[in-house]
Amino acid sequence: MARLADGLKVVTANRLDSGGAVWFGADDGWQPTIAAAAVFEGAGAESALARAREAALRSGVIEPYLIEVALAESGPRPRSPREQIRSHGPSVRTDLGIQAGQQP
Amino acid sequence: MTELHAGLYHYDEIDRRFLAERVEQFRRQVERRISGELSEAEFRPLRLMNGLYLQLHAYMLRVAVPYGVLSATQLRRLAAIGRKYDRGYGHFTTRQNLQFNWIRLVDVPAILDELAAVDMHAIQTSGNCIRNVTTDQFAGAAADELVDPRVYAEILRQWSTLHPEFSFLPRKFKIAITGSPHDRAAIAIHDVGIRARALAAGAVGFDIFVGGGLGRAPYLAKALREGLPEADLLAYLEAVLRIYNQYGRRDNIYKARIKILVHEVGITRLREQIDAEFERIRGPKYRLDPEIVAVIRGHFAPPPFETLPPEPPADAAAPAGDPGFARWVRTNVTPHRQPGYAVVTITLKPAGGIPGDASSEQMEAVADLAERFSFGELRVSHEQNLVLAHVRRDELPLLWQELGRHGLDSANAGLIGDIIACPGLDYCSLANARSIPLAQQISQRFADPERQHAIGELKIKMSGCINACGHHHVGHIGVLGVDKHGVETYQITVGGSATEDAAMGVVVGPAVGYDEVTDKIERLVAAYLDWRLEGERFIDTVARLGAKTFRERVYGPAA
Repeated sequence: MARLADGLKVVTANRLDSGGAVWFGADDGWQPTIAAAAVFEGAGAESALARAREAALRSGVIEPYLIEVALAESGPRPRSPREQIRSHGPSVRTDLGIQAGQQP
Repeated sequence: MTELHAGLYHYDEIDRRFLAERVEQFRRQVERRISGELSEAEFRPLRLMNGLYLQLHAYMLRVAVPYGVLSATQLRRLAAIGRKYDRGYGHFTTRQNLQFNWIRLVDVPAILDELAAVDMHAIQTSGNCIRNVTTDQFAGAAADELVDPRVYAEILRQWSTLHPEFSFLPRKFKIAITGSPHDRAAIAIHDVGIRARALAAGAVGFDIFVGGGLGRAPYLAKALREGLPEADLLAYLEAVLRIYNQYGRRDNIYKARIKILVHEVGITRLREQIDAEFERIRGPKYRLDPEIVAVIRGHFAPPPFETLPPEPPADAAAPAGDPGFARWVRTNVTPHRQPGYAVVTITLKPAGGIPGDASSEQMEAVADLAERFSFGELRVSHEQNLVLAHVRRDELPLLWQELGRHGLDSANAGLIGDIIACPGLDYCSLANARSIPLAQQISQRFADPERQHAIGELKIKMSGCINACGHHHVGHIGVLGVDKHGVETYQITVGGSATEDAAMGVVVGPAVGYDEVTDKIERLVAAYLDWRLEGERFIDTVARLGAKTFRERVYGPAA
């Protein structure tokens, strides 16, 4: 059961070479799953986004942005259906994408 | 190199040199992007000019299938690209194109090389230019055809490709053409729709319609010009595009399509402007030379048909009165203009399947069958199906059996299982809601082929956002996905049509949740079955009784 907590956010972006989704980690590096994303709140989220934009320029990642999440046992869970699907893969092809352990 | 087949346009050395140069140009652009020399803001319009989008999970490459016509060789190449660079499948779209969903940027130049080797590309499948011209998937075969629309679609392709004046239009521009009075190309929902008509003395001309389109401001195209002579086709379209380029809005992306210009200026005033420009530029430069038309027509010469009796006995008898075959013939086989031949629609809509998806294996199987049964060419329809246009009627049973071996024998063309669905939120970065799994649910609910046939013609069209790639406005039943406070919600319409009786659907009731859509559609169908008169299609019953009557039945009187 997700614990609802207003204002929790993670930073996400896409890899330039493959277009695959990535998430900003606690080490200011890019992670291939949302489970490894760092969670930010309030002004910390904006600050993280600024750091992510700097990191993106160095690491072949494009267009970072913030998304809202709730905290679940497995880690951050996006609030929007769009970001939930993006963090897993197509709901109609569970054999493909992150949910299937595929790297883009 | 594409082998020579009747009914296909063949690139010449100029076309091939141009494509090779274009691929090299994009290869260098990709290299400059990877090295950081180009920023994402600089690179984005360049990749879009080559049909490359960034979607939810990866890049998506949209490959142009000009007017929906493919050779077996080209389809095999698409299958190979799907296997080598994607995840073993592709998605046929309502624009008669093919999309790959899992493309890596670094692979795109190599993919474009492979496409160019079979005279294919991804140019003008995105961006504010004249997009792939679409047409009737039965072109050159339909019994009711006045002219072969592929001839003019190819002329328009050549005219519009990298047209220097029309490469940065206010917004994208879509042209559809039908050579038959029965409109299978949905011309009323295009920026410009062209319909062939008979003129005096055996000549054929065109009626021109303008300002159709779906999206957040849906409009049916208005009649702009009647009986335009063939020789004036390019001059007149040049005039339309010039007026649009000059007066179309560039300040607001949502008001930039020509349909908004038609709506704001009015068709009468717009016609005056276009006619004035047409008269100004009309002359030798833009005259469509009959000799050029004849040369292009030569590319689409009929294949070497045999002289056959119109209805061989095998057609009805084999395979031994199988009801599945009879159902398939009823829905998926269309009369051909040549005696003894038929047009076969291969629906990419198995019960519970993903509309428009085909695996690499299926593409290769269809390519083989196209060579074996239909002179090596095939078509993509805007309803996300494939078509073998020239099949001998006495070979239909064998073809049906072969299709069955590959899961391609669904007897549901035009029925409730033949659903158009955009990729929706499962792939698309613009979408608000999923469309594919709903289409799967509905086709599974109505999987019983006897039930589908008892219901008869019923076209469901679904979009995952207001951009309407799934043509929901013109579905007999339309389903539009919206995001309501972070929850996927769906609006249902009835009474739309994309053919010569084109109409926009009417909202039938309040939007419903994901889990309620299939039940609501089943109630609509049940109401239709209760109320229909002899021979009435779903859309006829809706027209006779009105959407409100259906609303009360489906939602209750207080809804």
